[in-house]
Amino acid sequence: MTFTNSAELLSFHWVAYSIYSAMIISVIAWFGYNLTKKDAKSVFRLPFYTYMAFLVAGGVGHHIFTYNTIPWVSQDITRHDITPDASYRFEIAKHKWIGLPERITVQCGQTIEFDARSRDLVYGFGLFRQDGSLVLQMQVNPGTDVNGILDPNDILWTFNHNGLFDLMSTEYSGPRQYDDNGKDLMFVKNLVEVVGCKEGGGKL
Amino acid sequence: MSIMKNLIHGTNFDHKSLNALQKVTLRAVVMSFLFYGLVAVEGMIMRMVQTGPDINPLPPMFSHPDHYFSIMTVHPIVGIFGSTYQLVFAAFMFLIPFLTKKPLYSIKLANFVWIMITVGTALAWLAAFFWQYAPLYTLYWPLPADTEQFHAIGGVVFIVGVALIMLGTFGFIYNIYATIFARIGVHKDKTTKELLISGFGIDGMLNLWHKITGRPPYSKEPALALPVVAIFRGTVDTFLDAIVILGAGILVLVFLLADMSGANWDVATIDALLYKNFFWWGLDLVADGLVLIYVAGSWYLLATLITGQKLFMENVARAALMLELLVSWMVWSHHLLADQGQPEMMKLISGEMVTAFELLTQGLALFITLVTLWKARPLKMTMELKYLLGGLVGFGLAIPAAIIQADMGMNRVLHNTQWIIMAHVHIALIVGLYMTLYSALYVLWPIVTNNTKMYSSKLSNAHFWLYLIGGIGMGAFGGMAGLDGMLRRHLYVDGEFNTLMILAAICGSMILIAWAIFLFNIIMSVGLKGLIGIFLPAEDPTASYGIEPEEIAQNHK
Repeated sequence: MTFTNSAELLSFHWVAYSIYSAMIISVIAWFGYNLTKKDAKSVFRLPFYTYMAFLVAGGVGHHIFTYNTIPWVSQDITRHDITPDASYRFEIAKHKWIGLPERITVQCGQTIEFDARSRDLVYGFGLFRQDGSLVLQMQVNPGTDVNGILDPNDILWTFNHNGLFDLMSTEYSGPRQYDDNGKDLMFVKNLVEVVGCKEGGGKL
Repeated sequence: MSIMKNLIHGTNFDHKSLNALQKVTLRAVVMSFLFYGLVAVEGMIMRMVQTGPDINPLPPMFSHPDHYFSIMTVHPIVGIFGSTYQLVFAAFMFLIPFLTKKPLYSIKLANFVWIMITVGTALAWLAAFFWQYAPLYTLYWPLPADTEQFHAIGGVVFIVGVALIMLGTFGFIYNIYATIFARIGVHKDKTTKELLISGFGIDGMLNLWHKITGRPPYSKEPALALPVVAIFRGTVDTFLDAIVILGAGILVLVFLLADMSGANWDVATIDALLYKNFFWWGLDLVADGLVLIYVAGSWYLLATLITGQKLFMENVARAALMLELLVSWMVWSHHLLADQGQPEMMKLISGEMVTAFELLTQGLALFITLVTLWKARPLKMTMELKYLLGGLVGFGLAIPAAIIQADMGMNRVLHNTQWIIMAHVHIALIVGLYMTLYSALYVLWPIVTNNTKMYSSKLSNAHFWLYLIGGIGMGAFGGMAGLDGMLRRHLYVDGEFNTLMILAAICGSMILIAWAIFLFNIIMSVGLKGLIGIFLPAEDPTASYGIEPEEIAQNHK
């Protein structure tokens, strides 16, 4: 099992957490109801060490599961050893993107490096689908090295599904990010376009 | 008794019969719930703006970024410090004398605490209201010192406000430790070393070790009761957190004052990522340190008071509290999983692995509390038991929601979305923490008010159900919006996520109505005269109260 994009992951997460929520609410409600009964018997006995083992398995297993099913985890850790198919570097200053191309066109399956650098405040870099859901995001911290070169904030991403993605700053950088009517001045419509994938994802 | 009579005189509340400790506790409780009302109104304003222009009934000024983010900045300050800190500190400054049968170290200091927190919260709120100072609670450097976006004077007032809150916090810490370490009463013959060993739960660990190695227990009767140990431990994190927040505040203040004096200091001299690490290390001690430890201790106390029995696996619980303290110092990197400059090893170890331990420690507290209750059945379903179960549900939902996001894969698509702030933070605070605090309030009510009769149990029940359903519902719908890509620190004025936001607003209204019902019930119980009387000096200067816990347990049988 592998999630090829964040939409699949988010749908899976929605279902899994909803089931868990219904379960924990039901268990406590059942427990509360039976607390008032003198002859209430345990439906099942959960030995202490089994319960603790379950928690450990849950906590550790969750990371093992995501590491093996979400491709961008290992890619993120080893990103400095991976040569991207294309790199895009741009800067941000006073709530404005600088050096941003009008459109980034990506062929299906390509791995792209985005490197955003801030001259003043903490911003964010996030790509969003047309339905508003999040494809990827990272924080964009300001700062320079000893030579005065802006610190990089780089992310590597492999696109497996066609789509048009909008750019937004995912971190609050003060009210000047918006005009008086609340319009986001850092919003960039249709920045990234992915082409050449099959309908369900993957190369043609 | 007519409604008007109740409104003025209450049920049988007599403020003149209260001693100094009872009065100072109630003063803080009153202020806490007033701030709670303010924070609920602020929350509703933000919910309404997010519903979009067709539905939002508020004037356009509330959708203006200056105004909106000012509210977003003070919302957690009023909620966490003005309301929660105030309530928790008041409860603990009452409970420590109650549990140790020793007087509180200083009533004057306790008064100082609630006054400092009240004034400090009010100042921070005023800074946002008058000057629209809005760097948010995260204070990401260099935004709080950005005088191109904010008036420096607003920043100075805000920081002074937060500093006063931290001074009040130091007052609370001193009062707690001075009371615990006072070698009087039951601790007359104890040494500081014995109290320290017990406070850190080392006696619990040694008892476990002795059991494993087949030796008699190290300590049959630990010097400090388990809830006192939890308060002792949680207060260590409270102290460290106050140091960090005060340190960050001083840094911001220095830059703002320099700007006001005409000096042109370069904000880039402070490394933004290093600052984030420092700030999150401290701020996370609130969320993952003192809240979880205080809550675990409160559950243990409530379970033993409600059942009148010893806590199940007490030595394990003591040892786990020590583990929780260490865990809370090492988990801050889960806030920095989206920061690409953060070393990968810190993300993996601190952000993922150590953070996952919280599932273990909080799961253990849940288990111990449930088994303690189960072994004592049948129990009467009193208000305090209902709220305790509600609190358990809250953390049962909120902790896994956070652990899920504290993962490098999930964080990439959930960081800074509504998921973490609604499905985790709001459910943890509104449902988990506050339901636990309401449970404590119902347990302590007769002790703190000298057996004042609550005006209406129907209103208490209405409050419980509205609050529980509203709290879980708002968190759930907000969390779903997060999964749909809705950011948490962003202004949405076009109703982009309006279906879920309307549902969240309906649930938010239930919380607000629940608060109004609760307040009405309390005022009708103590009366307006009694409410004013709480703030008048106590005739009885006693700083302790000695009802035996067994008497409380009798009420649940």
